[in-house]
Amino acid sequence: MELCVDVRNLWFTYPDGREALRGINLSVSPGEKVALVGPNGAGKSTLLLILAGLLRGQGTVRLFGEPLNDGNLKRMRSRIGLVFQDPDDQLFSPTVFDDVAYGPLYAGLPEEEVKRRVSWALAQMGLEGFAERLSHHLSVGEKKRVAVATVLSMQPEILLLDEPTSGLDPRARRRLIGLLAELRQTMLVATHDMRLVAELLPRTVILDGGRVVADGPTEEILADDVLLENHGLERP
Amino acid sequence: MLFSTTHPTPTPMHIPDGFLSLAVALVGWVVAAVGVGLALWRSREALGERQVPLMGVLAAFIFAAQMLNFTVAGGTSGHLLGGALAAILLGPWAGILTMTTVVAVQALLFQDGGLLVMGANITNMAVIACLVGYGVYRGVRLLVGERRWSLLAGGFAAAWASVVAAAAACAIELGFSGTSPIGVALPAMAGIHALIGIGEGLITVGALALVSRARPDLVEMGRAGSVGGFRWALTGLAVALALTLLSPLASPHPDGLERVAEDLGFIEAAQEAPFEVIPDYVFPGLSNEALATIVAGVVGTIIVFGIAVGVAALYRRRVAVEA
Amino acid sequence: MHIHALDTYCPGTSPIHRLDPRVKLVLTGLFILTAALVPDREWGAFGALEALVLLTILLSSVGLVRVQRRSAVAMPFVLAALTVAFSTPGRVLWRLPLPGIPLTVTDAGLLRFLSIAARSYLSVQAAILLAATTPFPDLLWGMRALRIPRTLVAITGFLYRYLFVLADEARRMLQAREARSGAPDGRGGGSVAWRAQVTGSMAGTLFLRSYERSERIYMAMLARGYDGTVRTLSPPSLRLVDWIVGLLVGMLLAALLLLTFDA
Ligand SMILES: Nc1ncnc2c1ncn2[C@@H]1O[C@H](COP(=O)(O)OP(=O)(O)OP(=O)(O)O)[C@@H](O)[C@H]1O
Ligand SMILES: [Mg+2]
Repeated sequence: MELCVDVRNLWFTYPDGREALRGINLSVSPGEKVALVGPNGAGKSTLLLILAGLLRGQGTVRLFGEPLNDGNLKRMRSRIGLVFQDPDDQLFSPTVFDDVAYGPLYAGLPEEEVKRRVSWALAQMGLEGFAERLSHHLSVGEKKRVAVATVLSMQPEILLLDEPTSGLDPRARRRLIGLLAELRQTMLVATHDMRLVAELLPRTVILDGGRVVADGPTEEILADDVLLENHGLERP
Repeated sequence: MLFSTTHPTPTPMHIPDGFLSLAVALVGWVVAAVGVGLALWRSREALGERQVPLMGVLAAFIFAAQMLNFTVAGGTSGHLLGGALAAILLGPWAGILTMTTVVAVQALLFQDGGLLVMGANITNMAVIACLVGYGVYRGVRLLVGERRWSLLAGGFAAAWASVVAAAAACAIELGFSGTSPIGVALPAMAGIHALIGIGEGLITVGALALVSRARPDLVEMGRAGSVGGFRWALTGLAVALALTLLSPLASPHPDGLERVAEDLGFIEAAQEAPFEVIPDYVFPGLSNEALATIVAGVVGTIIVFGIAVGVAALYRRRVAVEA
Repeated sequence: MHIHALDTYCPGTSPIHRLDPRVKLVLTGLFILTAALVPDREWGAFGALEALVLLTILLSSVGLVRVQRRSAVAMPFVLAALTVAFSTPGRVLWRLPLPGIPLTVTDAGLLRFLSIAARSYLSVQAAILLAATTPFPDLLWGMRALRIPRTLVAITGFLYRYLFVLADEARRMLQAREARSGAPDGRGGGSVAWRAQVTGSMAGTLFLRSYERSERIYMAMLARGYDGTVRTLSPPSLRLVDWIVGLLVGMLLAALLLLTFDA
C-alpha cells in the first residue's frame, strides 16, 4: 500500500530568514496515528502547514504517492484536514454552522449534502444543537471541538492537528481524546501533551531545531529518559 | 480602573437618522456607492483572494483600535477614528472598504449613526476621510521626501486633515438639510474637530512609528496598487476644494452666508442692541454681516464644544458606574 | 473573557424575533424613510409612528426601558441641532439673557427643532429594535438577499467575527497599561501628547497582530478550499406570515403618508 505522506529532505526558511525546517525526512502509512513532539519553535506547526499545502519548502513532499505541485494543490487540500493551533484562526465565520459548512460548500457539494455533513460532523464531536451558536460565545474547549468538526465535515483522509488539547480542562481533554480515538483517519498530532501521546498515538516523532531527532514506537521513546531530557520533554 | 468605554465616546460625527433631508441622504448614498464600488474593484485587483480576510480582520482592527482611549482633561478622553491610518497602511481603496464596513456595523449593531443616512456617514468617514487623508499623506511625502520623519509628519497632517474634512462634510450636509445653519455648523464642527484632529494625529503617528520600526514592509504595502503620489495628492486636494466650494452653497437660502447672518437675527439685533460689542471701526473693512457670521461661528463652537465635553463626561461617568 | 456589552442582540422567541430578517430590514428602512418624509409639525403622523414602534417593542419583549435607555445615543446630535431653534426667522419666544449676544429662539425655530428631534427619536428606536431582535449573522444574509455586494457582506462578516477577538486584545492591552502606569484612574503620567502617542503604539501593536492573524486566517480558508469567491447556502424562502406582515406594515406606512400629505 502506498504511503500517505512521504517527505524527503525538506527545508523551509521564513521570509525573515528564520530556518524553521532543516532536512526533514518522514513517511506515514495509511491509518497510522503519529505524534509530533518537541520544544517550542522546533518546527512542528511549520511542518503541518507544509503538509497541508499552505507553505512551500525545498525538497520533495509526496502525498498519496503524488508529488505536491500547483496542479494538484487544490485537490490535495481537500483530502487533508488541518486544525490550527489557535481556534480563533480556524473559526472565521460568525456562526458554528457557517464554519462547519465552509469546507463542504467550497468542495462544491449540493446544499442538502452540505447540511447533512454539518450535522454529522457536529454529532461526531458531541456538539448537537450548536449549529446556530455564535463562534465568539463559545468556551475554549467548545471552540476546539468545533475546530475539529470543521475539518471532519470535509471527510479528509489525513487529519493534521496542532495542539488539540492546549487550554482544555481535564474533562474536556478526556472527552476530546475519546472522540479522536474513535476516528479512523490517518492522524498527525503536534502536541506538548505527553499523556495524549501515550494514550492515543502509537508512533512518536521528535522534532528539534528543524530536524527529526527520533522516530519510533511511542512506548520505546517514552522509556528513553535521556532522549526526552535532551529535547526538553518529559514522561507523562 | 476600567475599560472605560465598551464602544467609543460619541463624537459629533456619526449623523443619526432624522438630521438630514431625504435629498441629502440620497446624494450621500450615491457618492458612497460610487466610492465603495471603485474601492471594491481596485482593492480586489491589488489584493486578489486575500481581499476578504485581510479587509475583514483589519476592519475589526479599526473598530477595536477605536476603543483604545487616552485621558485628555476633565474626564474627556480621546480616541482614534482611523480613516487616515487605514488609508496609509492599506492604501486608499482598501482603507475606504474597511472604514465603510466599520461605519455600517456601528450603525447596524450599535445605532451609532443612522441607517437612512448611512450613505452620508460612509461618504464622510470612509470616502472623504480616506481620500483627503491619503492625498495629504502623499503630498507631504512628495514635498519632503521619503524620510522617516516625513512618514510621521505626513501621518500627522493626514490624520488631522481627514478628521477636519470629514467634520466639514458633515456640517455641509447638515447645512443643506436645513438642520443647522452652515454659518454655525461649519465653524463649530471644524473647530471641535481641529482639536480632535490633534489627538487623531498623535495616535496615528504613534501607530505608524511602531509599525514602520517592526515591519517596514507593511508601511509600504499601502502604496502597492496605487497610482503615482502626485495624482493622489491632487485627488485629496480636489476633494478638499470641492468641500470648500460647497460650503457657501449649503445654506438653504440662496444668498449664502450673508443671509444666514440675517436669519440668525444678528443684523437686526445688532442694530437694536443697547451697545455695540465689536464696533465697526475696530476692524475697518469688515462688514456687519461678516462679523456676525464669525461671531456666530465662535459662539457655536463654544456651545457645541461645551456640550460635547459635558456629554462625554456624563457618558464616561455612566459607563464607569456600569463597569 | 468576552466583551458581551458589544452584543446588542437580545435573545428571545417573540413573533418579532421570528420574523424573517429580510422583512425586518426592509420594514425598518421603510419606517425610517416614512419618518423622514413626514413634514415638519405633523404631530399626528409622528404620534402614529411612535405608536407603531411602541406596539412592536411590546410584542418583541425586548423591554421598553432598555430601548429608551439605548436611544440616548442620538443625544449629542439632538443638542447640536438646537441651533435651528435660534436661526429660523419667526416670532421671538425667548432671548438669550446675555447682553451683547443677540440670540433669540423663535416659534418656527422651536417647532423645526422638535420635528427633527421627533424623526431622530423614532428612527433610532426602530434601529435598536432591529438589532435587538435579529442576530447579526441573520442580518448578514438578509443584506446579501437584498443585493448588497457579496464581497462587502463577507468583509462585514469577518469584521463582526473578529471584532470580539480584537476588542478582547485591546482591552487586555489597556489593562496592562493601567497595571503599569500606577495611577488608579488610568491617567498615568506624562503630557496629553505623550499619552496619545502611547495609545498610538498600542494601536500599532494591535495592527501588527491583526495583520498576522489575517494571514493565518487566509491559510485556514485556503486549507478548506477557499478560491476567492464568496459562497453561501441559498436563503430559505419567505413564509406566508412574513409576506403578510411585510405587506401589511408597508401599506400602513404608505397610508399614513398619503393621509398626511392629503391633510
Ligand atoms: N510567520 C513566521 N515568520 C517568521 N518566523 C516564524 C513564523 N512562524 C514561525 N516562525 C519561526 O519558525 C520556527 C518554528 O516555528 P513553529 O511554529 O513551527 O514551531 P512549533 O514547533 O510549532 O512551536 P510551538 O510548540 O511553540 O507551537 C520558530 O523559531 C518560529 O519563531
Ligand atoms: Mg506550533
